[in-house]
Amino acid sequence: MKTGWYNHIRPGNITLCATAITLALTLAATLGFKNDDDKYKSWDNIKAVTARDSLLSANAFMQVYKVLMSPRCMNCHPSGDIPLNGDDNHLHPQGVKRGPDGKGVYALKCTNCHQKQNTPGLNMPPGTTEEWHLPPSNMKMVFQGKTAHELAEQLKDTKQNGGKSPHDMLEHVKTDLVKWGWNPGEGRSTPPLPYAEFVKQWNQWINSGAVAPASGEKLAR
Amino acid sequence: MIKLTVNGQPFSVDVEPGMPLLWVIRDVLHLTGTKYGCGMAQCGACTVHLNGDAVRSCVTPVKRAENQTVTTIEGLSPNSTHPLQQAWIAEDVPQCGYCQSGQIMAAAVLLKENPNPTDQDIDDAMSGNICRCGTYQRVRKAIHHAAELQKQGGAQ
Repeated sequence: MKTGWYNHIRPGNITLCATAITLALTLAATLGFKNDDDKYKSWDNIKAVTARDSLLSANAFMQVYKVLMSPRCMNCHPSGDIPLNGDDNHLHPQGVKRGPDGKGVYALKCTNCHQKQNTPGLNMPPGTTEEWHLPPSNMKMVFQGKTAHELAEQLKDTKQNGGKSPHDMLEHVKTDLVKWGWNPGEGRSTPPLPYAEFVKQWNQWINSGAVAPASGEKLAR
Repeated sequence: MIKLTVNGQPFSVDVEPGMPLLWVIRDVLHLTGTKYGCGMAQCGACTVHLNGDAVRSCVTPVKRAENQTVTTIEGLSPNSTHPLQQAWIAEDVPQCGYCQSGQIMAAAVLLKENPNPTDQDIDDAMSGNICRCGTYQRVRKAIHHAAELQKQGGAQ
């Protein structure tokens, strides 16, 4: 009987072949993940490779931007040194000020009223497990008044974003202080996107190249 | 049972962990110098010290004070000789008096952290303590006076 081309594919050879492929895949995957980890260490590594990525990223940021400019996020990222309150972004009563570390001053420190959870009731001080605070005075991380372009550029600038790498930014949205925006206590609106959608768009923005939308984009509200 | 130290004395109180610290201070420990004003952290009448910070006891669950140190107006000094108390009397600050223990407890944190406050520092520290009688000018004057007394050796 004439031997066919398949005759050399004996069980032993198959095992050897499979092992080699598995090893190659494992190595590739390991290197791939390693590269991914390295990639997220610096904003210099985050770039849109294709025009499609660029569009995806900029569009994702416009969704993210709507959330960041909503009262639950922006009220603690004011342009001045007084936090904002309410859905109309009015100045915090009681003459509360940022202070050097963002935690208030003297007898008006944030945690003097803000607890580890929302205090029940309308117009009561909100709170979460993470200590209530503003950004510090030497790194104000202002959202108020920024265009989408300006805010995206600021979020990528470690001199303005609290020294956060892309990896840190991806982790930041998992903090209790950010999640609080979707559990803000009685009488406060939640951001315009559901939390899961916000995280999805946030990841999309960074993973597709952290592209800043064109500078002509208007404020979302 | 929740254990806490109030004015240097240890207490165990059998209350719900979510009970406001103010309730414990006034109704359980019967220290009535601390006042109930608005009940929503907006007026400052209920200010006490929790580990040295001027917390508003009406919104502070007693659980937060568990195993911690609380000071009320009754414990600010052993015999009303804190520079602020002396200055308050000298400047005749109170009118109706209701907000005054909160005012003094807030001012005590200011003087501890800034022994020589300017008018602006005083405003920054005290603007959250409301006085319906409008004693603000005398409050400011008394804090300057207390700062002088503290410098002369009257610090607590």
